[in-house]
Amino acid sequence: MAEKDYIISLQGVTKSFGNNTVVDDFNLDIAKGEFVTFLGPSGCGKTTTLRMIAGFETPTSGQILLNGEDITRIPPHKRPINTVFQRYALFPHLDVYDNVAFGLKLKKIPYEKVNKKGETVTKYRHFTRQEIDEKVMRALKIIDLEDLENRDISTLSGGQQQRVAIARAIVNEPEILLLDEPLGALDLKMRKEMQLELKDMHKKIGITFIYVTHDQEEALTMSDTIVVMKDGVIQQVGNPIDIYNEPVNAFVANFIGESNIYNATMVGKLKVKFLNRVFDCIDDFPLNEKVDVVVRPEDVEMTPVKGEGDDSRLKGKIVTKIFKGIHYEYVLMVGKSEIVAQSTKDYAQDSFVYIDVEPENIQIMKRSSTENVYPEAYLDKNNKLIISDAEFDVDITQLLKGSHVDDALYLIGPDGKKYDLDDADVIASIDFNDVQIVDGHDNGNVNGTVVETIYKGDHYAVLVRTAEEEDYILATDDTWNEGDLVSVIVDPSKIRLVLKGDLSKYEVE
Amino acid sequence: MVKKIIGRCYIYLILILMYLPVLVLIAFSFTEATNVGEWTGFSFNLFPRLFQSEEIMTALANTVIIAITSALAATILGTLGAIGAFYSKKRAREAIDLATQIPVVNAEIVVAFSLTVMFVFIGNIINVYMFSFWTLLVGHICLSIPFVYTSVKPKLQQMDPSLYEAALDLGASPSKALGKVIIPEIMPGVFSGFLLSITLSLDDFIVTAFTRGSGLLSGEKKIETLSTLIQAKIKKGPIPPEMRALTTILFVVVILAVIGVSIYKNRQDKKEKTRRAF
Amino acid sequence: MKSNEAATKTPKADKKAKAKRFFALQRKYLCIPYIIFFILFIFAPIVIILFYAFTYEVVDPATHTAHFEFSWQPLVNFFTDPSKINVLFVSLFIATITTLICLIIGFPLAYFLADKKINKNAVLVTLFVAPMWINFVLRTGATRDLLTWFGINGGTHPYLATIIGMVQNYLPFVILPLYTTMTKLDKSQIEAAGDLGANPAQVMFKNIIPQAIPGIVSACLMTFMPTMSSYVISDVLSEGKITLFGNYIELEFTNKAWNDGSFMAFVMLLFIAVTMFISQKFGKDDEKEAGQW
Repeated sequence: MAEKDYIISLQGVTKSFGNNTVVDDFNLDIAKGEFVTFLGPSGCGKTTTLRMIAGFETPTSGQILLNGEDITRIPPHKRPINTVFQRYALFPHLDVYDNVAFGLKLKKIPYEKVNKKGETVTKYRHFTRQEIDEKVMRALKIIDLEDLENRDISTLSGGQQQRVAIARAIVNEPEILLLDEPLGALDLKMRKEMQLELKDMHKKIGITFIYVTHDQEEALTMSDTIVVMKDGVIQQVGNPIDIYNEPVNAFVANFIGESNIYNATMVGKLKVKFLNRVFDCIDDFPLNEKVDVVVRPEDVEMTPVKGEGDDSRLKGKIVTKIFKGIHYEYVLMVGKSEIVAQSTKDYAQDSFVYIDVEPENIQIMKRSSTENVYPEAYLDKNNKLIISDAEFDVDITQLLKGSHVDDALYLIGPDGKKYDLDDADVIASIDFNDVQIVDGHDNGNVNGTVVETIYKGDHYAVLVRTAEEEDYILATDDTWNEGDLVSVIVDPSKIRLVLKGDLSKYEVE
Repeated sequence: MVKKIIGRCYIYLILILMYLPVLVLIAFSFTEATNVGEWTGFSFNLFPRLFQSEEIMTALANTVIIAITSALAATILGTLGAIGAFYSKKRAREAIDLATQIPVVNAEIVVAFSLTVMFVFIGNIINVYMFSFWTLLVGHICLSIPFVYTSVKPKLQQMDPSLYEAALDLGASPSKALGKVIIPEIMPGVFSGFLLSITLSLDDFIVTAFTRGSGLLSGEKKIETLSTLIQAKIKKGPIPPEMRALTTILFVVVILAVIGVSIYKNRQDKKEKTRRAF
Repeated sequence: MKSNEAATKTPKADKKAKAKRFFALQRKYLCIPYIIFFILFIFAPIVIILFYAFTYEVVDPATHTAHFEFSWQPLVNFFTDPSKINVLFVSLFIATITTLICLIIGFPLAYFLADKKINKNAVLVTLFVAPMWINFVLRTGATRDLLTWFGINGGTHPYLATIIGMVQNYLPFVILPLYTTMTKLDKSQIEAAGDLGANPAQVMFKNIIPQAIPGIVSACLMTFMPTMSSYVISDVLSEGKITLFGNYIELEFTNKAWNDGSFMAFVMLLFIAVTMFISQKFGKDDEKEAGQW
């Protein structure tokens, strides 16, 4: 029943290339006529998802339903879905008219005919020249290129090619139009224009648009619904306002718009503490819960400090001031933390301001964790902790109070019982603060690449991923760039271990 | 400036030296003397004599038939091969690429000898005399097929890979997408492969001499092409006078082709320049 | 209702899935005829050559039937027959001289042709290639007749006549790859060298020639091997006085000496393998460009 309400549904769609899972358990229903945007950094799986909808890739598992009908394995040319490609993919050997007419010339349309016996039968025919002519002209009119029908593709500008690509797709009256970063190759001004035009076109022709982009501004401007993706997993689905105002996690907050993100603690009912201050808030979280807080730069209210000032209020010093056209962007220092603020008012550099944030402008997000957890870790015969390929010299006596390790590397309990922990499965956890990062490979315990950094006011949360796809999140004061090759140093004495199962099964006589 | 003059002089000197034998033949195509170097008075007679020579006309027709059939076959096989290899897995593609290099660098005499030995070998086994028009055709395809492949391959590489997907997306079945998008896109490569095949076939002597049998316009006799005919003649004496007339005609055709090609190229360049201006 | 629908849909969907799988593989399968052609007419003949090169026909005296046995005889024949060794050295000699002369003439020629100030358009280059479109045997004959007229006939000067013929024929093959590399020379490097005080000779030897190495290598390859294995040119121009590798293989063929002929072809193949190796290492781009002609 529910299927009928949606034009397209993706159910548990997963796509792997070899061992690499690009899209992981993707579930999404899209209503008819919606403008949906898949938003995420490159490599997040958004294009692969689009290609599965178009039919160029087949999901490893899961289903794609179009109007309730399974189209997962139907080849692309039999789907009523058309695509606008990243670099347009116009046919260079055809002129504008023939490019647009390409799909129409191939299409077969059913019609009813009464045969000799008097029965009505459905037959198929091609469009007539005249029908094609009308449709092409109408499409060219929509994109404002009526006069260019006989032009060679190579004589068109980027923007014009873009329009032809759109006309070529919409002329087939698809049920869904897929757009794969269609504006990526245009310059900024052209892009802004085309955004509005596309939005207009969507309203005019009323078909479902699925749009892929890595540009958050584009997504916010155009979409009815935004699907934020990261590492093949949906992070958040919602309308632009919700996504902007109520990001569900630090990744979304950081990716959409500019934001100040801080580590915070719930210190009371609707009270949250960050920047060493307690703020009122409207999100209810359990007491003492560690959370992430997002404050948008435009929500930071500033009032000039006069004279000595009021010490009970939060004060910040303006350290940078940049004029951005309609507003100023300020960077304020509060103690060791930075706050980015935007205001149309002009404050002097190096002056002090009071900082206020309205409770409804403090978005509190559940923090996934404050530590790295490795549930697949195990101990080897030398009592070393193995996480994927990395080895750590951990203190295993923490598994049993009052125990020690003997010369033969057995764990000896306070009661004298002997345990052989070779190949024992453990859950290891390391606090973000106990992980250090250094430049270059082979300088620490583990080699990896920086894949994400989020600024948290006074430090960065950096996500380092190893070749074995193991993640190390760490807190650092230094700036790192995505793609940096780094080594991670872990203080082994700070690694906490929890044995899977009972210790008694490792006991030896 | 001095460099410019020296450079030009050098270029034209070498050009004249390269064309000298042909130019001399052309000059002597307007006199009926037996040997080059003897002038027995101006005359156009060699031209009607050329067209009346049944021997030469037969060879010419044979040459053209073989050139066109072998070039067509090589173009079809080579183009399909290049497309197929391009869409194969990397390993298979690299293997086919490497295999294609073998006949490119192989000596014509080895191609001719090995093919012929094989035909004899098989003929002995099945007790049939293998040599005919077909063996000759195979020989000529062997010569030109790798060149078709190598001229189509770069066109495939230059093609935007999403064009094929775009065609599918617009409702073309894979075979339609191949015919309506991929083939037109690589057509310049296919065409130059075809022309190259024709050239190689027209020029070939060794493979023809080895692999030919009876057939075509030569009837019961061994197929005679221009190359084999001329070779047989010049082994015995100077180039037959009629052949001088043939040279003149061929030369005119070639010069016209060069002029045509350069006009076409100039136009293309201009087109490209105006395109870039957009 | 719903299950019913599903039941009727499944076979259709199955068919479609099958069709899709078939088409997905289709483009790849297009190269099958090509591969078959290669196996039948490129590889099989080479295999047969290798077979003949290392076997010899043995006639059983009892039954009078002939069969082939593995044998080093063709190899021994090749290395012990002074005429064959002679052919090898003469071929190498003529090929080397031809290649060198072609390079000496072709290098400055390509250099001048690539200079925009001297040669404004590419038509001149086309003119250098154009003779290739007049029948090759006819051209060879023309050269011979001209040389005879000038008194350099094959009977009296076989080497001179042959080398002139070879250079005449293979010069375009040298000009093309050299011209292609010359047009791609890094002009700023040359200017920089001049700017840094290198005299024209130093610029030529320290900069231009090293930059043109790939073109030189592929030019050598396109001349050396074809010269060694050529048949018509040496046969016609030396009036049969010079026998090159190509001529000798032909001779063995006419004498029906399959095994010895095959071994010579095998030696040729070894040379070609070396050529292929060198061209893989150096002349990657130029081969493609040369293929256009």
